[in-house]
Amino acid sequence: MIEIAWNNFTPWSALAGGILVGIAAASFLLLNGRIAGISGILGGLLSPAKGDIAWRLAFLLGLIGAPAVWILATELPPIEIEAGYPALIIAGLLVGVGTRYGSGCTSGHGVCGLSRLSLRSLAATLSFMGAGFVTVYVIRHLLGV
Amino acid sequence: MKFSLASLFAGLVFGLGLIVSGMANPEKVLGFLDIAGLWDPSLAFVMGGAIMVGVVAFAVARKRTLSFLGFHMKMPTSNHIDKRLILGGLMFGVGWGIAGFCPGPGLVALGAGETKAAVFVAAMVAGMGIFEVIERNRAKA
Repeated sequence: MIEIAWNNFTPWSALAGGILVGIAAASFLLLNGRIAGISGILGGLLSPAKGDIAWRLAFLLGLIGAPAVWILATELPPIEIEAGYPALIIAGLLVGVGTRYGSGCTSGHGVCGLSRLSLRSLAATLSFMGAGFVTVYVIRHLLGV
Repeated sequence: MKFSLASLFAGLVFGLGLIVSGMANPEKVLGFLDIAGLWDPSLAFVMGGAIMVGVVAFAVARKRTLSFLGFHMKMPTSNHIDKRLILGGLMFGVGWGIAGFCPGPGLVALGAGETKAAVFVAAMVAGMGIFEVIERNRAKA
């Protein structure tokens, strides 16, 4: 039986944030004709073609600069990172290699791929969501960390 | 120039969306992935909201050969479901489950000045570098 954490449940801000993410992906698509896949945009910098660097850096600058713009208006919501440094390094390596092998992450496959009704992206999304659920289950409930 | 400005705008709005949604907070993400514990389904609404807008955008995009700024529409062409896709997805998912970070939120938390996010992002970029090296050697072989 699934128990819902009603105290942490924030459907409205989640929906509003999701709509903003959708608007970002939509504007990237309709203005530039590209898929807003963050792992691809970042990873493409490691083997850049000519004329292919500036826009990638611009996108990442926007993403990384978002908190700085946010605090002009209001305080940042909490960012709680429980994982220790060794775990963060292992996780980062897995996310880096995995997203490049699988040609995408939550944005490219999850948001954009599902929006264009791609079966390939659905398969990728099910793979990483499934692995995410299992991993948290193992860490929190089998290993009890 | 236009292309980069539109990219900057999209990146910024994307980042703000991740902050609003709660996805920039790994504890929130892990609360979503923890079905067997006290489950926080909020992040399903992030996906839902984004896809609602995305479906409309892609329906518009499909009818066009040029973007509104006059660039060629560069859509993915592969619809192959292969071992690389699934294994890559599984690896990514394990990493996501360990730290609660996927690439976008990792970068946003880095921008918020979180040291731990900087370590995650550095490892992620290293992982992407490892992929590049393996791929180049494979291409040579």
